[in-house]
Amino acid sequence: MTPAELDPQHDYPLASRRPELIRTPTGKRLDEITMRAVLDGEVVAEDLRIAAETLRLQARIADSVGRPQLGQNFRRAAEMTALPDEEVLRIYNALRPGASTKQELAGIAEELERDHSATLCARLIREAAEVYERRGILAG
Amino acid sequence: MKAKNVTGDPGRGTARRSRRTEILENRPVNLDGFVEEWPEVGMVAMDSPFDPSPSVRVENGIVVEMDGKDRKDFDFLDQFIADHAIDAGAAEQAMALEPIEIAYMLVDPRVSRADVLAVSRGLTPAKLLEVVKTMNVVEMMTALQKMRARRTPANQAHSTSARDNPVQVAADAAEAALRGFRELETTLGVVRYAPLVAIALQVGAQTGKPGVLTQCALEEATELELGMRGITAYAETISVYGTEQVFCDGDDTPWSKAFLASAYASRGIKMRFTSGTGSEVQMGNAEGKSMLYLEVRCILVAKGAGVQGLQNGSISCIGVPGAVPAGIRAVLAENLIASTVDLECASGNDQSFSHSDMRRTARLLPQLLSGTDFICSGYSGVPNYDNMFAGSNLDPEDFDDWNTIQRDLQVDGALRHVPEAEILSARNRAARALQGVFAHLGLAPITDREIEAVTYSHGSRELPLRDVLEDLKAAQSVMDRGVTGLDIVKGLEAGGFPDVAETLLGVLRQRVSGDLLHTSAILTPELTTLSAVNDPNDYAGPGSGYRPGGARWEEMKRLRHVVSARDPEEGTGPSAGAVTGRTLSLKEKGPARPGRRSGEVVIGLSPAFGDFFSRTIVEVPHAEVLRELLAGVEEQGVHARVIRVRGSSDLAVIAHTAARLSGSGIGVGIMSRGTTMIHQRDLLRLSNLELFPQAPLMDLETFRRIGRNAARYAKGESPEPVPSRNDHMARPRWQAKAALLHIKETEFVQPGAEPVELEVLIRMLHTG
Repeated sequence: MTPAELDPQHDYPLASRRPELIRTPTGKRLDEITMRAVLDGEVVAEDLRIAAETLRLQARIADSVGRPQLGQNFRRAAEMTALPDEEVLRIYNALRPGASTKQELAGIAEELERDHSATLCARLIREAAEVYERRGILAG
Repeated sequence: MKAKNVTGDPGRGTARRSRRTEILENRPVNLDGFVEEWPEVGMVAMDSPFDPSPSVRVENGIVVEMDGKDRKDFDFLDQFIADHAIDAGAAEQAMALEPIEIAYMLVDPRVSRADVLAVSRGLTPAKLLEVVKTMNVVEMMTALQKMRARRTPANQAHSTSARDNPVQVAADAAEAALRGFRELETTLGVVRYAPLVAIALQVGAQTGKPGVLTQCALEEATELELGMRGITAYAETISVYGTEQVFCDGDDTPWSKAFLASAYASRGIKMRFTSGTGSEVQMGNAEGKSMLYLEVRCILVAKGAGVQGLQNGSISCIGVPGAVPAGIRAVLAENLIASTVDLECASGNDQSFSHSDMRRTARLLPQLLSGTDFICSGYSGVPNYDNMFAGSNLDPEDFDDWNTIQRDLQVDGALRHVPEAEILSARNRAARALQGVFAHLGLAPITDREIEAVTYSHGSRELPLRDVLEDLKAAQSVMDRGVTGLDIVKGLEAGGFPDVAETLLGVLRQRVSGDLLHTSAILTPELTTLSAVNDPNDYAGPGSGYRPGGARWEEMKRLRHVVSARDPEEGTGPSAGAVTGRTLSLKEKGPARPGRRSGEVVIGLSPAFGDFFSRTIVEVPHAEVLRELLAGVEEQGVHARVIRVRGSSDLAVIAHTAARLSGSGIGVGIMSRGTTMIHQRDLLRLSNLELFPQAPLMDLETFRRIGRNAARYAKGESPEPVPSRNDHMARPRWQAKAALLHIKETEFVQPGAEPVELEVLIRMLHTG
């Protein structure tokens, strides 16, 4: 697939219009997620998640229908697909007011970038750290 | 009388009260709370002298001044909005427009939704407020009709239980799904019950109608966990607030919420934020700003976070804007602004709002008539006492009213009338499906007795008590064992519900493609995503946009009681009080001749009386009617003859014809529906002695008295007229049916046919 050929008018919803573009994070096609496969134990919970590539396709659709913030959200989400559930909840809790020092937030941003190539998420966290400092809602 | 001056001016301090004041005092609306405005603390809907004036300044692509504040003084909401919600490239041009010009764009159907979005993306909170302040509610509704994101309106229901009874939640979810709701929301009394109730909601929803999306409102982190496991399908209660202090009191910031928004998307789960006017003043920190100004900030935080939608319309704080002047106008304005910045809007109408049915309806109509993405963000699918969201503006008792209003106005509120048999079947099946899933997962069992009870119940008070401790242990084990949506699928399959299992798997599969993450997305019963991307609102004035038609309109026409036009008696039977088992046989004996006895009354029947029709409009059998008329005449020692007037269905003609053929000159005319008249030969046709025009009020006693009076006229007496009864509410109930009956009666008229003499035989039916 070439990126240029995605047109919301024709290609959305992807599940019915462009199923060939979609893979689970474990590499399965949508039509492989069947009842038979579930009962045979060939489909597990990890197969029912969205892949980073799919979120980036959806981000392009959002952009092209004039929703850049939604697209950006999907791009951050694409990065977060690599994070385990507990890690997601841990970072969310660290972002609550008064929960973290500036260094702690900086550390999280660095981890995100280093371990998960999550540059957009890292940017969001660094931005939060700056604002939290200015508004006095860091831990400490 | 001790009171002095009883006939004088009853000024202040008078002990006696006006009867009318007393009646008004006791009206339900006076149980609602109302307060005066107090702008200094934010107790004002949308017009406060302390709200900022709109302004924007952009330098190097960065907003450096917004609504009169320099960037260095921005609080965290200002900064988040300036950096993430406002399109800096569009801001200065958009802000140069006068508020009234933007309001014109909103109202004018020739300005497209896209044209409005090109401007709204550059507007600051104060500017958006100024725009809606120029608009009255009708203008706002016109604008909302164009600005909502999805073309097809939808609706959401609450399905909760005061006892957190999962069996009840499953049955009520199935019923709500069947009635047309595309999203269902639950929450808990005892939070530890959440896994069981969330499973019940999901199973019930998919049993009722495939593709209904479910959610369980909980603390943010727990809600996310249930979503990640595939037990729920979307999330909504991600609250945002309009001041920094209240946001922090809620233990969040715009950045933590934005992170959460991405977290949901990263698992393929739909979500929206929640906000609403009044929350800041309720939490005591409104910074002296109007409720709507603060709500606009919430809306723009949602926009900036990149979440697809917002639940607003005051929501849980509705009593606050509801208590101040123009508060409900402000609530409509917040829905409009959310739609105007291109967010999905689940538009409130989801909390107990007023004691007054009239006020409840008035609060609902702007969203219902304009259409929103979800007209109610929680129509209560359970009785008020079972609603764990503190009630809703709409209850199950209102289902038939809602369906009728849809039909009256041809406005699609996304619900439909469902025959009782289908509802019972769905409730029963949902409870059995849950029984199977619980058994498969080794959770506290559901008994057949519970299933039987829940099939027919209205609320939790009618259900057997569950073993709460066993349930809570089971709920804990669901969490500990890491039960997921797939385990529910397997449980449904194992329990003998392969179709529901297949449906749930189909819903879970949606998160792989992410189509549901787009603005205003719902799933159709065919499990196809319908969102603002593939079903964009294309309203562009009269004749355009979404209008209910075709099969949907046919569905909307059906109500619990609709009189068949072909056969108005279809589906009716003799009313309980009128069951007697008498039969009427009328045999034609040839042309009706003028009578020669001065002591007779002629009773003229309409063309279909006792023939095509056998009962009056209120199901009184014609056999009984005629029996009473005849008895009334005869008890006065007067003879009665019965004729049928075949040439007319006009009561005056029928009665006058009877009178002219009567030896005494007195005749009675009667229509099939029960309308009756006593006439006299020498009167003008359009005059009469006594007229009984309201057929629905005609009971057997009245017919007896009519017969008696007719006889007394025949004897030359002047009886007191039979008291004429009147009920203004007969009209809304019976007027249309009366018209149908009359049309049908007229079909039996044989023009020019002479009246015929009848032999009347009224017999008891042998019943055994």
